Amino acid sequence: MSANAPAPTGQLPDAAGHFGRFGGRFVPEALVAALDELDAAYRKAMGDESFLAEFDGLLRGYAGTPSLLYPAERFSAKIGARVLLKREDLNHTGAHKVRNVLGQALLTKRMGKRRVIAETGAGQHGVATATAAALFDLDCVVYMGEVDTRRQALNVARMRMLGATVVPVTAGSRTLKDAMNEAMRDWVANVDDTHYLIGTAAGPHPFPEMVRDFVRGIGEEARQQCLDLTGALPDAVAACVGGGSNALGIFHAFVGDPGVRLYGFEAGGEGMETGRHAASITGGSSGVLHGTRTYVLQDSDGQTIESHSISAGLDYPGVGPEHAWLHDSGRATYTPVTDREAMAAFELLCRTEGIIPAIESAHALAGALKIAPGLAAELGREPLIVVNLSGRGDKDVHTAGEYFGILDKEQ
Amino acid sequence: MSRIGVAFDKARADGRAVLVGCMPAGFPTVEGSIAAMTAMVDAGVDVIEVEIPYSDPVMDGPVIQKASDIALAGGVRVADALRIVEAVAATGAPVVTMTYWNPIEQYGVDAFARDMAAAGGTGLITPDLIPDEADEWLAASDAHGLDRTFLVSPSSTDARLKMTVEHCRGFVYATAIMGVTGARAQTSDAAPVLVSRLREVTELPVGVGLGVGTGAQAGTVAGYADGVIVGSALVRCLLDAPDPAAGLAALRALSAELADGVRNPRR
Repeated sequence: MSANAPAPTGQLPDAAGHFGRFGGRFVPEALVAALDELDAAYRKAMGDESFLAEFDGLLRGYAGTPSLLYPAERFSAKIGARVLLKREDLNHTGAHKVRNVLGQALLTKRMGKRRVIAETGAGQHGVATATAAALFDLDCVVYMGEVDTRRQALNVARMRMLGATVVPVTAGSRTLKDAMNEAMRDWVANVDDTHYLIGTAAGPHPFPEMVRDFVRGIGEEARQQCLDLTGALPDAVAACVGGGSNALGIFHAFVGDPGVRLYGFEAGGEGMETGRHAASITGGSSGVLHGTRTYVLQDSDGQTIESHSISAGLDYPGVGPEHAWLHDSGRATYTPVTDREAMAAFELLCRTEGIIPAIESAHALAGALKIAPGLAAELGREPLIVVNLSGRGDKDVHTAGEYFGILDKEQ
Repeated sequence: MSRIGVAFDKARADGRAVLVGCMPAGFPTVEGSIAAMTAMVDAGVDVIEVEIPYSDPVMDGPVIQKASDIALAGGVRVADALRIVEAVAATGAPVVTMTYWNPIEQYGVDAFARDMAAAGGTGLITPDLIPDEADEWLAASDAHGLDRTFLVSPSSTDARLKMTVEHCRGFVYATAIMGVTGARAQTSDAAPVLVSRLREVTELPVGVGLGVGTGAQAGTVAGYADGVIVGSALVRCLLDAPDPAAGLAALRALSAELADGVRNPRR
């Protein structure tokens, strides 16, 4: 945590975890004691120099932060904006998620719990959790929708190599939201010795605030790096939004900078008009899901509608409550990016920079492409855009290979 | 006093506990669930708990999840659940609804309370709504004269037990074990402790739920609680049956066994 960063969002959330009308706790009473315990441990830790030093030491010495802020010149030339990539893909385990996982694993130890559980969609959060569990000698169970265990078989193997137990979830739609349901059920039954290590800035209070605080180093680093590199703040910051942790991580340090536009790019899937998307803010409505009030894809009866995205990490029918608030307050702008747009940007970054991005992060790249002309016109000059390259694309090679038709037949 | 309060008072006077039987609305069909709940009343279940099926039921175990999935796949709507409440209330038994919060929020909290009261329902059990977040429901339930049953748990602090029962009306629901719904071979040791902690802070009747599947277990719980809440074991009668008639027969038999159990409290 850098000491010179501004404290941008004032007092949000309130003491009960509300971001305006969003957030809060919509949970069984059985979990309230554990959430209170977590909240107390987290607040104590954030004021404890020894915790912050240990966390910072792990981030630097183990995860490899601060990550680079890289001027992507050939990509920039193609899109008509100066683009700086926040290279979270270079972190250990290949994504920003390691920051949150290390923070929560440290808290787990402090609370004296010896078991962590997690939900995962693409498997990235599961792998990160299994990694931290190995490092901290914690038992680890990862819930993963049965459909996703087949789509992401390599990540299942990675988690098992790291010593985690992977439980395929066969309930409901057999994807991320059902994995989250199953993890909640496990937590209710085993809350005495278990921490539920939620992978994004969603869920009941204090998770949205706590996860944001563990990943906000992304934006604090990027803000300083951008000043060092260019002598100015960026005109815009762009990130993909599924649950929204990488976006909050990079937005947070800039919320108090009125000249910096914040853009979140949701998964537009096959197009908003098809109904097959995962854009909870653009295409959803206010509701309660997984312990928080936020924007949700749902029918008029409040039943959750299944989301669709080529990116497993964005394939979630809700979004963190702070994003819902940033949307309502107008501070951030949320726009859908289709599978097709994301994959075009994916290919462009591969070919211009020699960087294979996660398909999630390709949504942010596509978003930068979308906003560049308008920003250039508005500013009357080349805009400066910081894009959060939240993860690397190794895990997506199979999906992308199929999409581009470049896999040999026998593969 | 609410109709459910009357049922608890009468049972208390008779030296027995109230039997609350839960069934998801629309399982296996809307008409099928009305038939099932009516059969439960005929066989001695005192209070019917109509659960509104929800896509993400985090407090429910595999049996009720499966029944809810079947109901949702059959297209059941919140409006159907209200129709079911009305049909079952017509038997004279008190009918409560158990529901996750999002379906109510989307229906409109006040509109749901109004329609629930008009259908003859007595109140709501809200497994994922705690009083801390319930301002709108507190107002709507007051406006339409409905009972409010919040849950308490063995992990609740004394302060939260007190705060929660202060917001309850009708009865309070003690989740006796830490975990999701589902029949268990043994009922929990934590339950009597939780009930005695509740006695310190409220005069309200206490219903104990989660895990009861036999008449003997019902008798044990009836020994210290005012109400015995049974769900999964009843639902399983229909899920496991080869045909609807056999399912109803099994449901009647188990209901009668449980009704007998609550009349023979083991103290």
